[in-house]
Amino acid sequence: MTMMNTENSARQAWMGLLARAPAARLAALIDGAGTMPAFDWLRVPEIGGVMVRGRAGGTGAPFNLGEMTVTRCALRLSGGQVGHGYVQGRDKTHAEQAALVDALMQTDRAADLRAKVLTPLQNTRDSAATTRAAKAAATRVEFFTMVRGED
Amino acid sequence: MDQQALTGGFTAPPQQSAHAFRAALNAMARPGTIEHISGGSAPAPVSPAAATLLLTLADGETPIYLAPGHNNAAMRDWVAFHLGAPLCDRAQAVFALGDWDALLPLSDYPIGTAEYPDRNTTLIVEMPALAARGAMLTGPGIQDKALISLPEIAAFQANHALFPLGLDFYFTAGTQIAALPRSTRVSEGK
Repeated sequence: MTMMNTENSARQAWMGLLARAPAARLAALIDGAGTMPAFDWLRVPEIGGVMVRGRAGGTGAPFNLGEMTVTRCALRLSGGQVGHGYVQGRDKTHAEQAALVDALMQTDRAADLRAKVLTPLQNTRDSAATTRAAKAAATRVEFFTMVRGED
Repeated sequence: MDQQALTGGFTAPPQQSAHAFRAALNAMARPGTIEHISGGSAPAPVSPAAATLLLTLADGETPIYLAPGHNNAAMRDWVAFHLGAPLCDRAQAVFALGDWDALLPLSDYPIGTAEYPDRNTTLIVEMPALAARGAMLTGPGIQDKALISLPEIAAFQANHALFPLGLDFYFTAGTQIAALPRSTRVSEGK
């Protein structure tokens, strides 16, 4: 069970990374990762909406934050590995590439793809988050109160 | 998950579901008409017509009852992947799928209410074959009379007597599909 959870969380991590990656950046990285194998569609790319739910403060009661557009697809490689792609936006190529990487991550090309696609995406994402956090931190105002002379 | 459960969806969903919907609509509007639909396939023993009909009509908001014989692990996975529909008991079913004998008795299914006569079950009955002979149909959507091979007659007469409540039926065999709404009168063919 623990091993299953580890596998699942690893897969969740790369699927989440692919879902939020900019489509152009993902396409460029995949171009540089060698030829992609042929596959069969299990579910051709389709565009739909999902309700995004949140919790106030991360712990409160769930509420509906709003709807967002999602494109999803599922495909199968000739080796039998099934890849699912769920990405934000309306880009069907993006969903296809995300599903393809998901399927290939279950084959012996996993290490190669991690080095050429996933790690650069993660780095881009991390640096963007750091930059944003630094910008926000620079505008932070510290409030403090001097001792008030009430005595 | 079984590999078979992931295959069998539409390859061009907008066009194929539109064609299948038109055929299903036509079959229901003109009871006794045999239409042909294909494009979907589900694990055995589900016929291509029944699989296509489910892909066209069912989604996450339509609970489905799978009768014994059609309720196997591969089919449950197929429903989960392709339709996302919840599986349920007869009393909550919007669609029910199975052979005629496995679907009986009909009294288990909701027939709608006086305020909402549409809240009934639509039964998808798998048949060995469909042919324009046997029971005689008359009523709305039928010019004079129509003949269709039904599994029995008394049950459909009793169902018509419930009008405006009652059940609606699709019959599927291979790629053939025919329909029998509750508004149709059924009698012995001559």
